Amino acid sequence: MATEALGWWGVPLGILAGTLRGSAPFLFVSLGECLTEKSGKINLGLEGTLLMGAMSAYGVAYLSQGTLGDFWAPWLGVLAAGVAGMSLGAINGWLAQQPRVNDVAVGIAMIIFGSGLAFFLGKPFIQPQAPQLFTFQWGAWSSTPAVQSALKVSPLFLIGVAIAPIMQWFFRSTRWGLYIRAVGDSPEAARAMGISIFKVRFLSIMAGSFLAGIGGACLSLYFPGVWTERISSGQGLMAVALVIFARWNPLQCLWASLLFGGAQALGPAFQSVGINAYYYLFNAAPYILTLLIMIITCSPKRTLVGAPGALGKED
Amino acid sequence: MTIAPASAAKSYQWRRPLEAVFLPVAALLVALVIFGIFCTLAGANPLGVYASIYKAAFGSWSAWQNTLIRASPLMLTALCTALPARLGLVIIGNEGALVIGGLAAAIAGLTVGASLPPVLGQCTMAIAAIIAGGLWIMLAGALRHYRGVNETISSLLLNYIAIALINHLVEGPMRDAEFVTKPSSAELNEALWMGTLPGSRIHYGLVYGLIACVIAYVLIQRTTFGFAARTAGGNIRAARVAGLPVGKLTLAICFLGGSCAGLAGMVEVAAVQKRINESLVSNYGYAGILVAFVSRHNPLATILVAVLLGGILASGGILQRSHDLPDATVLVFQGIVFLCVLFSDSLYGRLPWFQEKPVA
Repeated sequence: MATEALGWWGVPLGILAGTLRGSAPFLFVSLGECLTEKSGKINLGLEGTLLMGAMSAYGVAYLSQGTLGDFWAPWLGVLAAGVAGMSLGAINGWLAQQPRVNDVAVGIAMIIFGSGLAFFLGKPFIQPQAPQLFTFQWGAWSSTPAVQSALKVSPLFLIGVAIAPIMQWFFRSTRWGLYIRAVGDSPEAARAMGISIFKVRFLSIMAGSFLAGIGGACLSLYFPGVWTERISSGQGLMAVALVIFARWNPLQCLWASLLFGGAQALGPAFQSVGINAYYYLFNAAPYILTLLIMIITCSPKRTLVGAPGALGKED
Repeated sequence: MTIAPASAAKSYQWRRPLEAVFLPVAALLVALVIFGIFCTLAGANPLGVYASIYKAAFGSWSAWQNTLIRASPLMLTALCTALPARLGLVIIGNEGALVIGGLAAAIAGLTVGASLPPVLGQCTMAIAAIIAGGLWIMLAGALRHYRGVNETISSLLLNYIAIALINHLVEGPMRDAEFVTKPSSAELNEALWMGTLPGSRIHYGLVYGLIACVIAYVLIQRTTFGFAARTAGGNIRAARVAGLPVGKLTLAICFLGGSCAGLAGMVEVAAVQKRINESLVSNYGYAGILVAFVSRHNPLATILVAVLLGGILASGGILQRSHDLPDATVLVFQGIVFLCVLFSDSLYGRLPWFQEKPVA
């Protein structure tokens, strides 16, 4: 990037660019986790789902490139990522609801299994270059290349931004949204209403994993746009903390994701203006931020406002 | 439940403990079968894969040595999850505690150099690692107790922070400019390298691991402290009513768990790496979580499971060489084992054969 010419303006520009790019996976994963947690189950396995999604998207886009062309192949990849995520979600949703099975432990197992499967199947795709999703060139008005590259916005990001209010409406105003909230807040009441708790939670975990899989597609088909084994670096887990920060509210997940995307861009943005000394520490910013947010927002004395009543409780 | 007459209950009493052995073993066997199907789908002969794993893990003295070298850090990192689990905490910060322990050991070792006798120097390194790893996980415990922060997530975030910290230190302040292969600290003085058991390549880390597991077992099962921890883990409200200091217990058990993982870091630095760099992050921490869950947080069972998993890890290379399977195969296998063991947990008390039959 030619940010040198911009001097110190490169830092806010870099953070803006990083926010637009880096928040998309956070957005999808946190919306997926929000949907799952509303039904009263925690899915810690989204880290594995994210990796699996990233690998499937990249692999399918690469393999279907010949038949579908450079425009549609990545979209098939996005769909494949969602389906791959959903399959992992099905395992998780079934296993986590067996008696005496701790959903946190299932999540850890799914991280190991999902990432193992993604590395196993993704080995052949580390080298080749898959076609990328197209981007909207919102920076075309500027003659500065740095501004142009910063304002390349992915359609996936926009879809994620659209899903947040839709999910908000879904929870508040639809029958299915009410079912999910009922199961998450008070399983007994839901059972009395004749709702199948198993079915609602199973479907919520699957749908949440579908979204998380697409989050993986954002990583491999948009930014950074490659498939490597280190591509997710804990983003799937940060999403769990992010949902707590967002108080289980889909719209606030959107703002929180933008914040996290921005925090993630600190290291590269400072590096682009020549500050290398604290590169790794700046890269740790999202993790430190998550931890600080949790320290500030949690309390041992009361349950959090907005937390689903049955979350993390044995049934 | 109907209480069976003494004589009838007696004849079935031996079946109950058998359940605790049968279910994990059955889970392992089922995992092996699923893994076999997976290998077949991937185009490898499952029987050949099993044979290779066995040969590379337990087939010869040399294979046993490879296995035991890998098992020793696993025993230590597993305790980092297993000990807090007895108090009902799910800690997964093993990797971070290992890294921080290794870092503290390296700093202590580089400071001490050859100024102390080797035994004292190594003790200094071990103590530094134990304290650093312990405090690292105690932080997660303290956040849990004082702020109600979910310990699973906080300990996991601490992993990433620990890794960022050593990356920062070996790139900058601690970097040895003469070592060009990858950013690393300076090498430890040769006097501080950990020796091997006579007649083998196995370093003394194995002894550390075994001793730690036995101490942990005695502590949990045979002391007042362990009893208090198990009580609080069973029912935290009852423990509070009984006047148990839940906060102190949380901090203490997190410190002990973290110190074990920290010691694993010291072992890796003193016996394997001899300096500190990114290779310290080698997934022993995450594999330790698996060991802890498979052994159902029992420190003695941990020894056995760590040896088993050490064997599986040791076979990673041969799967790649002779069956053309990627090295992630071992990770897939671990995942399958973990899922099967978790499912087997739900079967306790559901298999009629193991129950005391009520007499009609």
